[in-house]
Amino acid sequence: MATTNNMTLNLKIWRQKDKTSEGKLVDYRVENVSPDMSFLEMIDVLNDQLVRKGEDTIAFDHDCREGICGMCSMMINGKAHGGFKNTTTCQVHMRLYKDGDTVVIEPFRAKAFPIVKDLTVDRSAIDKVMAAGGFITANTGNAPDANAMLIPKPVADEAMDAAACIGCGACVASCPNGSGMLFMGAKVSQLALLPQGQPESPKRALNMVYTHDTVGFGNCTTHAECEATCPKGISIEHIARMNREYLKAAFTYHEKNRSEGAG
Amino acid sequence: MMTAAVNHYFRSSIGRKHLVAITGLLLCGFLVGHLSGNLLLLVGPDAFNIYAHKLFSLGPVLYLIEAGLALVFLVHLYLAARLNIENRQARGQYTLKTRTGRGTTLMSASMPYTGAVLLIFIILHLLNLKFGTNYQTQVDGVQMRDIYRTTVEFFQSPVNVAWYVFAMACAGFHTAHGFSSAFQSLGLNFPKYYPKIKIISYLYAVTIAGGFAFLSIWCYLKGV
Repeated sequence: MATTNNMTLNLKIWRQKDKTSEGKLVDYRVENVSPDMSFLEMIDVLNDQLVRKGEDTIAFDHDCREGICGMCSMMINGKAHGGFKNTTTCQVHMRLYKDGDTVVIEPFRAKAFPIVKDLTVDRSAIDKVMAAGGFITANTGNAPDANAMLIPKPVADEAMDAAACIGCGACVASCPNGSGMLFMGAKVSQLALLPQGQPESPKRALNMVYTHDTVGFGNCTTHAECEATCPKGISIEHIARMNREYLKAAFTYHEKNRSEGAG
Repeated sequence: MMTAAVNHYFRSSIGRKHLVAITGLLLCGFLVGHLSGNLLLLVGPDAFNIYAHKLFSLGPVLYLIEAGLALVFLVHLYLAARLNIENRQARGQYTLKTRTGRGTTLMSASMPYTGAVLLIFIILHLLNLKFGTNYQTQVDGVQMRDIYRTTVEFFQSPVNVAWYVFAMACAGFHTAHGFSSAFQSLGLNFPKYYPKIKIISYLYAVTIAGGFAFLSIWCYLKGV
């Protein structure tokens, strides 16, 4: 196979030893990058070079590498997941770059996302919001009949659009306010649309918003930068639905015994 | 408990955004009334003065309305400033960050700045006009304030006109984002009509900002 298509890239990568140390952008040069590589494979190649030289490898989050797990992150040239429409970093391919390009790679940054090392950030704030209400109560035992609960197709579609959220945090990273509203909106909206989510609906909205506000996320000012950057193309309509759910819950929810049940 | 939920509402991100949205829309409503009244400048000195006189004659009712307006304004200002400070602290500090071009606009990004300009503008506006030179005139034998003269005189200075046009451009930018954004914050974003709200938002911004800016230029050209 001809190697003429292979590229050389100049990378500026954020290196930070741990949570407390100062970080900085460090220059790297990667040669022989195939246009068919994914962005993460390109970093693998660089890490391989670093290992051979006995240097510390670049820490970055990744898992499925097929765009569905929500582990990969990175601000590539100032944009979350590289800024390509509906694409996670692992699905960005090197053919989108040109030979000799300089690429700046930083971690997802927000007050709610402290850096662990290099490009790895602690996104457990998202998990905390999820744990506060992103669940339903279901009977255990045999799987229920598929059509026992009727859901109109358009409603199911909309819930699925919201359920597409992989919780990667690109919305938070690209938000000028470091807000987690799109992520939370997707979760609240998805479960509010479906009958299975109804019993917990008011409590979910109250608890998730409360947790969101206390773990360091900012407030929404409707820039819609989240929607533009979301690798799953989730609409800010879901934020609006959450706002309605929250308003309804704040003024109508009444609980006699707060100690019972989960959440 | 219900009270706990309501209490949290007024301290939460979403609850405070609702208040910013509602007060913002009320202020938008006020601007419509203000511009409608000001258009009487075009009719003539008497029409404008009689309108102002009728407003002044409301007495305690006017004070009540003014107090309400001031309260709405202060709530809007205070909460928006608080949210902005929190947002600045919550955002990531990047070495390099570029916009996607599909989200943030110049209008949405400049909200705190255009808001600050409007705050300065409103203070000066009240000092220069409402609390400006108190000329007196008589219309049909009734003694009243010649607010028309105060206004037209004020705009004889090109600096004042330029400042007003600039401030109104800021008001246009502020409301172009704020008007539609208020509906989103209040949860009123449905694909069926939200695109229309966005269009109305731009039309509103252009009409209000253009209307006031036009009147200041008109006063300058009209002369004393």
